[in-house]
Amino acid sequence: MSCKDVTMHELTIANSLVELASAHAAENGARRVVAISVRMGVLCGIGRSLYFCFEPASRGTLCDGARLHIEEVPLSVRCEHCDETKVPKALYNFRCPDCGYPTPKVVSGREMELTSIELEATEAAASFGAADDAGTQRSAL
Amino acid sequence: MCKVCGCGDGEVRVDGKIHESPHSHDHDLGHEAHIHHEHDGDMHFGHGPAGTHVGGVSQSNLLKIEENILSKNDGFAQANRDRLDVLGAVALNLVSSPGAGKTTLLVETLNRLKQDFDMCVIEGDQESANDADRIRATGVRAVQINTGRGCHLDAHMVGHAMDELDPPGNSIVFIENIGNLVCPSGFDLGEASKVVILSVAEGDDKPIKYPDAFAAADLMLISKTDLLPHVDFDVSACIEHARCINPDIEVIELSAKTGEGVDQWVGWVAGRRRERLESEQQDLQSRLSKIAAAIDANDELQRRHDA
Repeated sequence: MSCKDVTMHELTIANSLVELASAHAAENGARRVVAISVRMGVLCGIGRSLYFCFEPASRGTLCDGARLHIEEVPLSVRCEHCDETKVPKALYNFRCPDCGYPTPKVVSGREMELTSIELEATEAAASFGAADDAGTQRSAL
Repeated sequence: MCKVCGCGDGEVRVDGKIHESPHSHDHDLGHEAHIHHEHDGDMHFGHGPAGTHVGGVSQSNLLKIEENILSKNDGFAQANRDRLDVLGAVALNLVSSPGAGKTTLLVETLNRLKQDFDMCVIEGDQESANDADRIRATGVRAVQINTGRGCHLDAHMVGHAMDELDPPGNSIVFIENIGNLVCPSGFDLGEASKVVILSVAEGDDKPIKYPDAFAAADLMLISKTDLLPHVDFDVSACIEHARCINPDIEVIELSAKTGEGVDQWVGWVAGRRRERLESEQQDLQSRLSKIAAAIDANDELQRRHDA
């Protein structure tokens, strides 16, 4: 059975991440993805479990072997009563910690964003680079 | 999943037919994942033999993307929504834990509305066609999606189910999601509204325990109210919990068994359909006005030309 047949919540998100990153890598003619950076809001509820799903999801794709960096985005909400952005006392306690007014408007904490990918250049560029001095190669970038 | 079309969750079946992409998706899970703790406190995968990242061995460059990870699902959801909009149809996505009474309520709802409205149902379950069979017994068309191990329906599956169903114009499409109060809430299917169903046997604190489902819904149905004398369920506390998460959520208490509150729910459904039809009517009126204006302009041009 392939890992792609398992579609639990976190793995679906990991698969979507891998697809998205691979598509961007392919568009840019990259040989593979070296690193992936994502921003995950605390309300997404998967946070670090994405690490566990990422490797099986990336097997055999352009993202295979890529490093995954997760930036966790904390929760903040807008209190209309105080007219300020606040940090609730607890997740899902959508009331202003100061005045108790309901604060359903989430300013941050729901993000689930692929922010950037680091790409390894195409085969041709890489073989050119391998024959060259590493320092020269970097300066050529 | 396939990078081209999103197909390929091999276990997904639409009415028993395996829905698979034509591509191969086998990736051997040969060895355990290795986690490496690095100095920055983050855990990093991918330091296996194929994952070498040595500076100077090959060129690399950073590409900024800033795109929602579920953008592909969102794209399919928008396609579903556009398709429903063109039809003047309205889709409602019913979400609950297993056993909250989604199918029983749906059967009751269909029986009350089927004389007046065109309706169809997309049934989601991990296994079996039991629910679709129960729906079809009412005479309403249904498609069963079996997700295998999948814990939620996604917009791509629903798109394929709509291909099978071909919803008629101005119809109501009910989507009964997988019984799961957690995962379905994150996936837009193209519905007009999510409706969360919570039975009184489950406890009044579920909105704060599983907030996502309640945050995403326009309506909370508190079901099986006939059981209230037998369980410790504080209806007003439950509503307060739900409104703490989603102050705008509407609430209807009902029992499909006794019929209490079902009229109100059916009225809500009809109300959503009316909103959809009114919106379609406005779009058409606006289009008709534009066409009339274009004809007038054309006539004016011809008059000038003839003169």
